[in-house]
Amino acid sequence: MRAQARLGFVLLITPLLLWLALLIVIPHIDLALLSLRERVGVGKYATSLANYGTFFGEPLYLWTFLRTAVMSVLATLITLVIAFPVSYYIAKMARGRSQSVLFLLCLVPFWVSELVRTFGWMILLRETGLISSLLQWAGLVSGPVEMLYNDAAIMLGLVYTSMLFMVVPLVTTLQSLDDAVIEAGYDLGGSGLSVLREIVIPHAMPGIVSGSIVVFMLSLGNYLTPTMLGGKDSLWFTELIYSQFIVRFNWELGAAFGFMLLILSSLIVWAVLRLTGQTLERTMG
Amino acid sequence: MIPSIPQSRLIRAAYIAYVAAFFAWLALPLAVVAVFAFNDSQFPSLPWKGFTWAWFFGSERPMIGVFHERAILRAIGTSVFVGACVAALSVAVGTTNAFLFNRYRFRLRGLLYVLMLLPLVIPGIVLGISILVFSSTLANAAWDGLGRDIQALRPGLVLVILGQFSFIATIATLVISARLQKFDRSLEEAALNLGATPLTAVRTITLPYLAPAMIGALVVAFLMSFENFNTTLMLVGSDAPLTIAMFDRLKEGSTPLLNAVSLLLMLGSSLLALVVIAFQRRA
Repeated sequence: MRAQARLGFVLLITPLLLWLALLIVIPHIDLALLSLRERVGVGKYATSLANYGTFFGEPLYLWTFLRTAVMSVLATLITLVIAFPVSYYIAKMARGRSQSVLFLLCLVPFWVSELVRTFGWMILLRETGLISSLLQWAGLVSGPVEMLYNDAAIMLGLVYTSMLFMVVPLVTTLQSLDDAVIEAGYDLGGSGLSVLREIVIPHAMPGIVSGSIVVFMLSLGNYLTPTMLGGKDSLWFTELIYSQFIVRFNWELGAAFGFMLLILSSLIVWAVLRLTGQTLERTMG
Repeated sequence: MIPSIPQSRLIRAAYIAYVAAFFAWLALPLAVVAVFAFNDSQFPSLPWKGFTWAWFFGSERPMIGVFHERAILRAIGTSVFVGACVAALSVAVGTTNAFLFNRYRFRLRGLLYVLMLLPLVIPGIVLGISILVFSSTLANAAWDGLGRDIQALRPGLVLVILGQFSFIATIATLVISARLQKFDRSLEEAALNLGATPLTAVRTITLPYLAPAMIGALVVAFLMSFENFNTTLMLVGSDAPLTIAMFDRLKEGSTPLLNAVSLLLMLGSSLLALVVIAFQRRA
């Protein structure tokens, strides 16, 4: 019996270890090693921090990095602010059938690929697009207006694309809040605002944290939306990684960029978990 | 604010208007994509030039429909193949992981659990490049050491499948674990008392109980693989899955052909989602 349990354990842990070792841990170590390698001659390499030096020394790289980080944080905040009232409505105001229908409606856009969603916004926003045509038809503007290829368009695309990942955790945590607790808050003399601040938001905190982490990660690592909706001046950090790897074939520098992105995202996720007293197991698992 | 607490009419109306506006915003881009799939014009934009099915069934230039466009059909086939492989792999590993974390207490369990969650917080593009770098390290080592070129380790479908699997496995694990946690162990013990071997008990009692979660995970994994872009972009070789093929087209400029493909995608994924919902309701 013990031997059998032991065999079962070994059989169950093998796929996990293979997966984590071969696809997650070792590749990242290899990536880190590659980022520390400097080409000193034809086929000759030395270990150095030169790639990171290039990253910090070139204003364009550093600037794009910071811009990507700040805009991702901003996109996360906007998503949270837009999603919270909607999630609250679905979880607490809607009842029975309409509740599940509304929840499903929120999910629908995300069953189709991000490419399709982005394409939809392109049709709407571009110079020959729907909104521009409508504005001209209504006589509000005299010529075509270009609303694509700027930071606002990127922001719109990011918020739209990651909305689901905010709504689902928020609805789930808000649903577990008992109505009686909210009523008690009002009975004890709380106003709508103080009930929200003292009862609803603290209760929803795990959902807010896990939603924010996922949305932030998705925005930071997004390539499609910034490429399609952004213009020449709105570079995204992932575009730099892509061009180093695929276009310039400078893998060493690309690896250093990838590692910087990983460090940034880990740092922010860690800080958010720390500040809110949550753990990764509780928010994700 | 809950229904049982009186609220002023104005605030309530404003709230409902906000929620309605949100849903309109959510539907807008998809509706636009769908409508322009039927525009009888070279461009998916106004003016509206009349209704046509040509972007689906057309067979002559300049309007070649989806069903006559070889490259797009091949890309759909590639995507389905990749999605099926990723889904099968992810559910298999997800199930073994769920049993492992649910049934065994061992050293490093906490560490392995956190490691298992990590792929969710690693940007997809970083996952992609790390696997690309590692596989080419291996490929170069094989070339130098054995003098053999291992094609599977060069960018291509094998790497795309592995790259997508590397994070979709986490999601499958979470979905299946959630159901396994609710399982009543005494059912399994009853089977053991009645003389079943542990393997029979798991096969006849536990796995059927897990089936809805496994099917759900299968469909979710398939859809995630089908629409994955970031990881795939870094690992793709000459056979491009649909998202990559459409991206390349879109960069060159768009025709309503892309709208037609998109509409088919929407219908396909909605259908899959409905199947899952129906299945889960029966379970």
